[in-house]
Amino acid sequence: MKIRNLLAGTAIGLAFAFGPAAAQADDLTVVSWGGAYTKSQVEAYHKPFIEKTGTNIKSEDYNGGIAEIKAQVEAGNVTWDIVDVELSDAIRACDEGLLETIDHSALPPSPDGTAATEDFIEGTLYDCAVASIVWSTIYAYDTTKITGDAPSTMADFFDLEKFPGKRGLRKGAKVNLEFALIADGVPAKEVYDVLDTEEGVNRAFAKLDTIKDEVIWWEAGAQPPQMLADGEVVMTTAYNGRIFNAVAGEDKPFEIVWDGQVWDLDLWVIPKGAPNKDKAMEFLKFSTATEQLAAQASWISYGPARKSSSPMVGKYHNKDIDMGPQMPTAPKNLENAVQNNFEFWADNADQLNERFNAWLAS
Amino acid sequence: MSFKKRLTSNGFYALIGATILFLLFTQSILGTVGFLLIFGIPLFCMNPLPAYATTGDKIGKYAYLAICTIIFIFLILPILIIIPLSFNAEPYFTFTDGMLSLDPDAYSFRWYADIVRFGMTSPDGGPNWWSDMWNNATWIRATRNSFFIAICATLLATFLGTLAALGLSRPEMPFRAQITSLLISPMIVPLVITATGMFFFFAQKDIFPFFPESLVNTYTGIVLAHAILGVPFVIITVTATLSGFDRSLIRASQGMGANGWTTFYKVIMPLILPGMISGALFAFITSLDEVVAVIFLADVDQRTIPRQMFSGLREQISPTILAVATILVLISIGLLTALELLRRRSERLRGLSPG
Amino acid sequence: MSDTALPNTNIAQPDRPLVTADGIPLKQKLARTTRTMKLRALLLTLPLVFFVFVAFVIPIGQMLHRAVHNPTVSEVAPNFAEAIQDWDADSGELPSEQIFEIFVQDLVTARQNREVGKTVGNLATRINYEIPGSRSLFTSTARKAGRIEQGPYKEALLEIDEDWGDIHLWRTLQRASNNYTLAFMLAAVDMQYDKDGDIVQANELYRIYIPILLKTIGLSALITFLCFLIAYPVSYLLSTLPLRTSNLLMILVLLPFWTSLLVRTSAWIAMLQTEGIINDIMVFLGVIGDDGRIQMIYNQTGTVISMVHILLPFMILPLYSVMKTIPPSYMRAARSMGATQTYAFFRVYFPQTTPGIAAGTLLVFILAIGYYITPALVGGSDGIFISNLIADHIKKTLNWSLGSALAAILLVVVMTLYWLYNRLVGVDKLKFG
Repeated sequence: MKIRNLLAGTAIGLAFAFGPAAAQADDLTVVSWGGAYTKSQVEAYHKPFIEKTGTNIKSEDYNGGIAEIKAQVEAGNVTWDIVDVELSDAIRACDEGLLETIDHSALPPSPDGTAATEDFIEGTLYDCAVASIVWSTIYAYDTTKITGDAPSTMADFFDLEKFPGKRGLRKGAKVNLEFALIADGVPAKEVYDVLDTEEGVNRAFAKLDTIKDEVIWWEAGAQPPQMLADGEVVMTTAYNGRIFNAVAGEDKPFEIVWDGQVWDLDLWVIPKGAPNKDKAMEFLKFSTATEQLAAQASWISYGPARKSSSPMVGKYHNKDIDMGPQMPTAPKNLENAVQNNFEFWADNADQLNERFNAWLAS
Repeated sequence: MSFKKRLTSNGFYALIGATILFLLFTQSILGTVGFLLIFGIPLFCMNPLPAYATTGDKIGKYAYLAICTIIFIFLILPILIIIPLSFNAEPYFTFTDGMLSLDPDAYSFRWYADIVRFGMTSPDGGPNWWSDMWNNATWIRATRNSFFIAICATLLATFLGTLAALGLSRPEMPFRAQITSLLISPMIVPLVITATGMFFFFAQKDIFPFFPESLVNTYTGIVLAHAILGVPFVIITVTATLSGFDRSLIRASQGMGANGWTTFYKVIMPLILPGMISGALFAFITSLDEVVAVIFLADVDQRTIPRQMFSGLREQISPTILAVATILVLISIGLLTALELLRRRSERLRGLSPG
Repeated sequence: MSDTALPNTNIAQPDRPLVTADGIPLKQKLARTTRTMKLRALLLTLPLVFFVFVAFVIPIGQMLHRAVHNPTVSEVAPNFAEAIQDWDADSGELPSEQIFEIFVQDLVTARQNREVGKTVGNLATRINYEIPGSRSLFTSTARKAGRIEQGPYKEALLEIDEDWGDIHLWRTLQRASNNYTLAFMLAAVDMQYDKDGDIVQANELYRIYIPILLKTIGLSALITFLCFLIAYPVSYLLSTLPLRTSNLLMILVLLPFWTSLLVRTSAWIAMLQTEGIINDIMVFLGVIGDDGRIQMIYNQTGTVISMVHILLPFMILPLYSVMKTIPPSYMRAARSMGATQTYAFFRVYFPQTTPGIAAGTLLVFILAIGYYITPALVGGSDGIFISNLIADHIKKTLNWSLGSALAAILLVVVMTLYWLYNRLVGVDKLKFG
């Protein structure tokens, strides 16, 4: 019967018509966090790199974590060439042999000839990872919603009486426990010492308890500015660059509070067995050069990981905003800041997240 | 009761009165339309009750119909409401004042344009606009992936499923109950478990002699997964068609000298074709809608529409999702119509209904 | 079939067994034919059974195996895993110098090889599951272990970190050296090994899996009950209306059924969010103030509402197909014999619908209990299901063994219900539309 042949024929024909575009195998696949952050990398790294080398770049977004890298490497089917990861993830992935080791001496020196190993800020170079930026988890509020006294300390974030309204927090133990302790009066320097004890953890959770009912939890970096804009929350923790870009790029009435924030690194890593390992290395060297790091800072307010980049940081790419004071590395912003202790979290993340989940569900 | 009579019943006057009161009280036209819908439909559907019915019975019946109306609205409203919302000119998930006052400026096609433009290298036109759109636009790529995967999975599931259903519906089939429950189980086992199992299994190398590479992050892996998930639907619909199948037709065909293949092709297949097609449609929609296996087994290259919606809903809610949703609703309506027509054709062929 | 071709001659001689035209006894021939036909039927199902087996049953079986099988220690430190078995953990003394030496050598080798899946990091992660906080002990020791050039190794290790003197650590290492472990199954039910190697309940503050499992079951039951409450009157209406009208209304039921899950979930986000349609309507009607908007999504309420909507067709369809077969005359008969409407309904009509109720509730409950997408999108923090924790362990924390153990528990629950469904309803009764 014709109808059957017709149906089967159409189906197969359609399948071919929709057939997936074969990915160019020699395209360099660069994986990052998406949104404003990826855009800053595209402008500062990808475009000049494509222009210089002619290599085509495929940019992909992900949500952090090393699950994909682990799955790809263990299956021997690696499709990612270079990935932007958080420090604790970089350390764990390196420990588990999922990453290529990187020769630090191959990194380009600064314009005045200082070796890369000297030029990078201390604690930004690792066996398998090279940092590109310093970022912070801060909290921000909507200036149109909070009119009277402005919040200025971490304790204000936890003060529902003075500043009533919903709060946004990242879903997970990391950073929130630090914030809770600082709000409870622990000096920034001692946070991890306190957190290393059972009482310290209890104290942090007790502080979180005071705002638990008012919290809306977010997971992706793009969410908090959106939650602020939609009026779902009056204050939220967020990555400082995302808030800055909402202010500078979309004229949102947000204000960042620089107190008790936790700063961390984003680093480039190359998965073991990456299909274009050499090109990935070229890209890594190119993008962590002094000029490129400084150029990125004109697109998003994340601090470059090289000392020599700082003086070159200028204004926002299309507005008259000095980027220097917006950086998490600006001395004024670092007055009461905590550096994320990756070793503490490598040791305790599993357990504390379990407790965090139990606490959330109760 | 005739239409005219309905219009003159006491209940009708009560409704008119209540509506006027409601309008005066809230002063909202939209609210009043809703009020009329919720309370008017049941009244209109009231059939004359037997003479012995008490006032209590009447009120009970009315209340019952009102509840049913509300439930139907609950069922359908969320799906219909996204259609006007997708034409919002503002980036919100709700109706703006302009939309409510039917201001044409408050409506726009910008989110539909976004479906095509988002992800393109040069959305504002260029020498290769069409190929740029076809190869780079995020949603277009997702659509292509979705259809490619769904069609391949459907063909596989329909072929294997029909074959198995033919065996299962034979009266002499041994272990029928056990085998049926095994073949239906992909529908029952939680998707997370299925996806996790496949994720570990497909990640290994050399699992199949003809696939030396791992199947994670490949089209093959997802097609296999979706075919498994579509199989139960094919089995269920084709066995249902076969249950009304007159087996003497087979004997008649054999008696007239047809071999097995001819019997299948000329006698069985035309009769079960509607069942096969509706099973295929189910398998197709299952694959088109499936997201858990895609989350576990696919890379960005194999991203499908629901996967793209999933990350959109999690990360950056924009009305583009509602525009895509509207298109998907239209597709569902199309498939549903196709299925209804098939059902009628099947009933007519099997002589179950007058047509 | 050859029974029509029976030769007439046989009928007249009843003392001889019936034979077919080719002289084989009829019984035998029939048995053979039946066997061939059985085989033929089986052959038709074989390709699919094979496919389902390879791509579905084996993967799940393998995953279940992973819940109790974790060879990390013996892969990272094969010699040590063998040597430590001789140590008596209850002796109260640390393992011998020789075991320490083998341990240090294995650590150094693993660190040099950096082979995927066999690194010190893998070992550290594995032990850290059981002794939280021990991860850096392993990684930092491995970094320094290369510098230990000669014995005594026990002292050298203790010098690097005095935690190596903890019997609990060695006891855990010994237990983990065995490829088969109960640790993850225990963790999945909020239990653990204590310092003496006995099985105890986990600290109350860290118990999460059993409470979430119970919550999943509880919410699924609530969703099933709500579905039943809503579906019953509607199915009744559909079954009593004339066919033309009921077919039309049936579309209202089937359209949601055919609409993408993601579409329906996004629709509910638009409806329920604080700046959403329902809140807008309530503010507009003056039920609540603009600052008193109700949080209806990203919590349990949102999960329950949207899941009821999504699963409702699975309740309506079986109820409807049962109700359609109940003749309306029964109710009329009861009423004519003096029963009130309510009495007639509960004594005559309702009992006849129980097969439909069983089918619908079991199906909805089974589907609800394994839900992942909707809770993940609208569940917020307290509306999540056990599936979400499984996915978290597979995709985020990478504790694959624990994820598999949780999956095993969920699978047991679902399979029990499926078995029940098979017994009470039968899979062949499943129908759509």
